[in-house]
Amino acid sequence: MSGRLSRFDLVRLTLALAFLYVPILLLVLYSFNASRLVTVWAGFSTQWYGSLLRNQALLDSAWMSLKVGIASATIATVLGTLAALALARSGRFRGRAVFAGMVYAPLVMPEIITGLSLLLFFVAIGMDRGFWTVTIAHTTFTIGFVAVIVQSRLAGFDRSLEEAAMDLGAPPLQTFLLVTLPLIAPAVGAGWVLAFTLSLDDLVIASFTSGPGSTTLPMRIYSQVRLGVTPEINAASTLMILVVVIIVLAGSLLAKFGGRNTVAPA
Amino acid sequence: MSLRRLFRHVAALPPALWLGAFFALPFLIVLRISLSEKVTAQPPYRPILDLSAGWEGIGTFLSQLNLFNYSTILDDELMWGAYVTSLRIAALATLLTLLVGLMLALPMARAPRRLRPLLIMLLVLPFLTSFLIRAYAWIAILKPEGLLNGLLMSLGLISEPLIVLNTETAILIGIVYSYLPFMVFPLYTSLEKMDASLLEAAADLGATPLKSFFLVTVPCIWPGVLAGCALVFIPAVGEFIIPDLLGSSETLMIGRALWNEFFANRDWPLAAAMAICLLAVVLLPVIWQQRQAETTR
Repeated sequence: MSGRLSRFDLVRLTLALAFLYVPILLLVLYSFNASRLVTVWAGFSTQWYGSLLRNQALLDSAWMSLKVGIASATIATVLGTLAALALARSGRFRGRAVFAGMVYAPLVMPEIITGLSLLLFFVAIGMDRGFWTVTIAHTTFTIGFVAVIVQSRLAGFDRSLEEAAMDLGAPPLQTFLLVTLPLIAPAVGAGWVLAFTLSLDDLVIASFTSGPGSTTLPMRIYSQVRLGVTPEINAASTLMILVVVIIVLAGSLLAKFGGRNTVAPA
Repeated sequence: MSLRRLFRHVAALPPALWLGAFFALPFLIVLRISLSEKVTAQPPYRPILDLSAGWEGIGTFLSQLNLFNYSTILDDELMWGAYVTSLRIAALATLLTLLVGLMLALPMARAPRRLRPLLIMLLVLPFLTSFLIRAYAWIAILKPEGLLNGLLMSLGLISEPLIVLNTETAILIGIVYSYLPFMVFPLYTSLEKMDASLLEAAADLGATPLKSFFLVTVPCIWPGVLAGCALVFIPAVGEFIIPDLLGSSETLMIGRALWNEFFANRDWPLAAAMAICLLAVVLLPVIWQQRQAETTR
């Protein structure tokens, strides 16, 4: 379907986009409010960003979230890419249905169940909760997302390039590293970004699997939100939104320019 | 060794091992703890599988498994009430998301081709910001002295503040807001694939726009409708953050009931049984949807 937008269409689009953006814009706007009340505008001020920088607990948890995000996204990207390769390229193998089920099930699994089951597992094997348990948990629920993205790239990919490399005598591993991997690199990168943002965003699974010293940023924000709405949380949220916007822009630029150079001779 | 064999043997192994250890095995542990009894100890459940006692240990372990937690869920009105509430709210929210999603997807699919990537970007961007922050943003808008009431009262539309925060309405708004992209994408992809000449034909044959929407568009995009509904409904049933921040203590949804049981009451076996029931409740519509998809094919 394609054509022109009627006035009715424009009204609908505007309303829907306003619904999506107004809450976020208000949140950002009130982070610059001089008043402690989130609802009364008392002039422009950056004082809440200052008090944010003095909130050591919040900074610690932000650092923890960043570490967990980078570690889990990296492991999930490696494992998710391998899973996508196995699913898209191995043809039929024994246990394929079970394997596919394990890769995709965490995508639809309610996060509260993922969190609960991992905590019970960590207790059962006697593993102390901390940075590594949260990282393992986040890796586990993001592998599937990476696999889906990489698999869709593999599906629309010219296999004759791989065959040509093999015909010219390249061993399988070399073919993979020099032909396949560069071609799927944009999807792998996008998978990493998605896994990272999912990890940064997660509250429920982290609440189950973290220990005393490993409070993540969403957990810290959540415990403050329950005490009431404060401009400081608005300031923290604004910074998080900024980080995501930067990552997304960088990611799409990378995909745009990186994607063109992938078939360049090595 | 061919490329295919390299992928088969080497690629599948690490993810299979990881997911086996951290997804499948924990799930079996939940299943097993859901059949255990709560005790005040660390860990707070019994029986513990005592492998050092040999076959006898396994025997006592098996004989002590019971369905007590499941019968508790069925007997306790508060418990199964939470499931009913969750299903009702999730179904209602899915319907609302479908309506709002169509409002967005229909004009998106009609938009000039060069505008579409921009529209998709605009749709995705808010979705990438934190879930928690998006729910939080609505608190400031919906609370009695919040921005919505301020606006309506200054316009003179209402004289008393509306109570929206901590009601079911607020939960519905929160779910529609947070899950909208999950609905719009499947709708948009099926709308985009649709042949516009079908609508022209219907109009030429005298169908009103409304009639051709229901008789032509809806059947064409039905798979997308089903996919979108599943993507919203499934996570909405187990949703924890939105009902916790925007709802009241009276509307108990299963995600929060499970959370309370686990963290406040420390009844791990009951929480495990609730998780298994939640999974069953969530999976039934998925299986139904799969059947639907197969019959329409």
